[in-house]
Amino acid sequence: MKQTSTLGDNLNNLGISRRAFVKFCAATGSMMALPPMLWPQLVQALENARRPSVIWLSFQECTGCSESLTRSHSPTVEGLIFDSISLDYHHTLQAASGAAAEAARLQAMEENFGKYLVVVDGSIPLGNSGFSTIAGISNLDMLMETVKGAAAVISIGTCASFGGIAHASPNPTGAVGVMELVKDKPIINVSGCPPIPMVITGVLSHYLAFNSLPDLDHLHRPKAFYGHSIHDRCYRRSYYDKGQFAESFDDEGAKKGWCLYKLGCKGPTTYNACATLKWNQGVSFPIESGHPCLGCSEPDFWDKGSFYAAQSTTQWGTGETLATAAVAGVAVGTANAIIARRRKKQAQQKEPES
Amino acid sequence: MNLAQTIDVKFYSTPASGNVLPLLFEIRHGLARWLETGEQTVIDLGHIPLAPGEEELIEATLGKGEVYAQLKVLGSSVIIETTIPGAWLVTHYNNDDEIMGKYVEVTDIPSILKSQQADMQQGLEELDRHLTKVANLQ
Repeated sequence: MKQTSTLGDNLNNLGISRRAFVKFCAATGSMMALPPMLWPQLVQALENARRPSVIWLSFQECTGCSESLTRSHSPTVEGLIFDSISLDYHHTLQAASGAAAEAARLQAMEENFGKYLVVVDGSIPLGNSGFSTIAGISNLDMLMETVKGAAAVISIGTCASFGGIAHASPNPTGAVGVMELVKDKPIINVSGCPPIPMVITGVLSHYLAFNSLPDLDHLHRPKAFYGHSIHDRCYRRSYYDKGQFAESFDDEGAKKGWCLYKLGCKGPTTYNACATLKWNQGVSFPIESGHPCLGCSEPDFWDKGSFYAAQSTTQWGTGETLATAAVAGVAVGTANAIIARRRKKQAQQKEPES
Repeated sequence: MNLAQTIDVKFYSTPASGNVLPLLFEIRHGLARWLETGEQTVIDLGHIPLAPGEEELIEATLGKGEVYAQLKVLGSSVIIETTIPGAWLVTHYNNDDEIMGKYVEVTDIPSILKSQQADMQQGLEELDRHLTKVANLQ
């Protein structure tokens, strides 16, 4: 669909009052983590925003990210999708299938060349093009063809961002994230397994309102949502500072709601907005429910040892890897010693000649 | 004014997030700033780490004052002036009665309560049309 009408026009045609629009903007501003004092500017920006064409590609994924998006509660995702963006291709949500669906993708690309957004969920297999195909087209070919005319690419979820579970050792399909393949387009990673629904819609809303990308961190994640660690924003942080830890899931510390660091919480090294935006319509987040953070928005979180071992222990690996490392260390040490002795001997042999 | 007479002050010393008292101080500073300069303060409660029960503690501390308003627009919104005049608790719900946002606004009247110029213009035109129709009948 061509970009023609503005969001203000669309809402006006729907009979939405200005007051309703102000409320919509307050919820959107909050979702985008904009300071409340900037909300009036957001009203202006959103009113004049043109609906971007969005092409959503789903590759090696579990549909959890789309499930997460369709549970975004503020503003209603239906409103966001149908009124604020033109979702021209999403093979899970669209009615069309097969050749008709592919024709819709190609048409959206042609009509909005250079302006459309590509949203990707799932990783891309490089090992064998037959591992994952859509309408007979490999994921790699479809991605590279579709991003050609894209204004930006948004990778939704840890799979599209960093490869995710498919990329975990031994990575049988040779899975990678989008930024390993696309080098000439702006990329936003909205990582998480799945990402927080409000973060997905917040990023789309930012693009819609300001027609630009938000500030990103070194992993291409929007700083508004990934600028703080879970630990920094965790309400249990004060227990950590006091050295009050739960040692097991049913001890006194756990019952009192103390810090879960010793039970494997990856909050200190995980950057995401779970501690403030929360899940399930803002009800709670894993730590509030008594479970340590798994670190799902970080690269390779599947391969960082047990979810239930404290970070201070997991960095040394399991007993097996520790033993392997020790054997390897002895072997390397022995080899170095032999090399050093040989060099010393060679040096001594050379000395009389010089 | 009856500010949280029922709240035992010992609740504030419970460690949890440690954000309840700073937030109450922020409201206090917001009030002082509004009285001095007329500048309003909006605190988005959705972006402040709070332990279970702390949001309720803040709401119980502020209490319910003289004004209660309910909007019916894109779902409902509830606007309550707390027992601290000028400190308003604004909660927006969507059509499914899920909370879209909760804010403390420190101002004389929250902007969402004011009639919007565009809506007033539309109302004027509608009233004009009606009056014209009535005049034509007479």
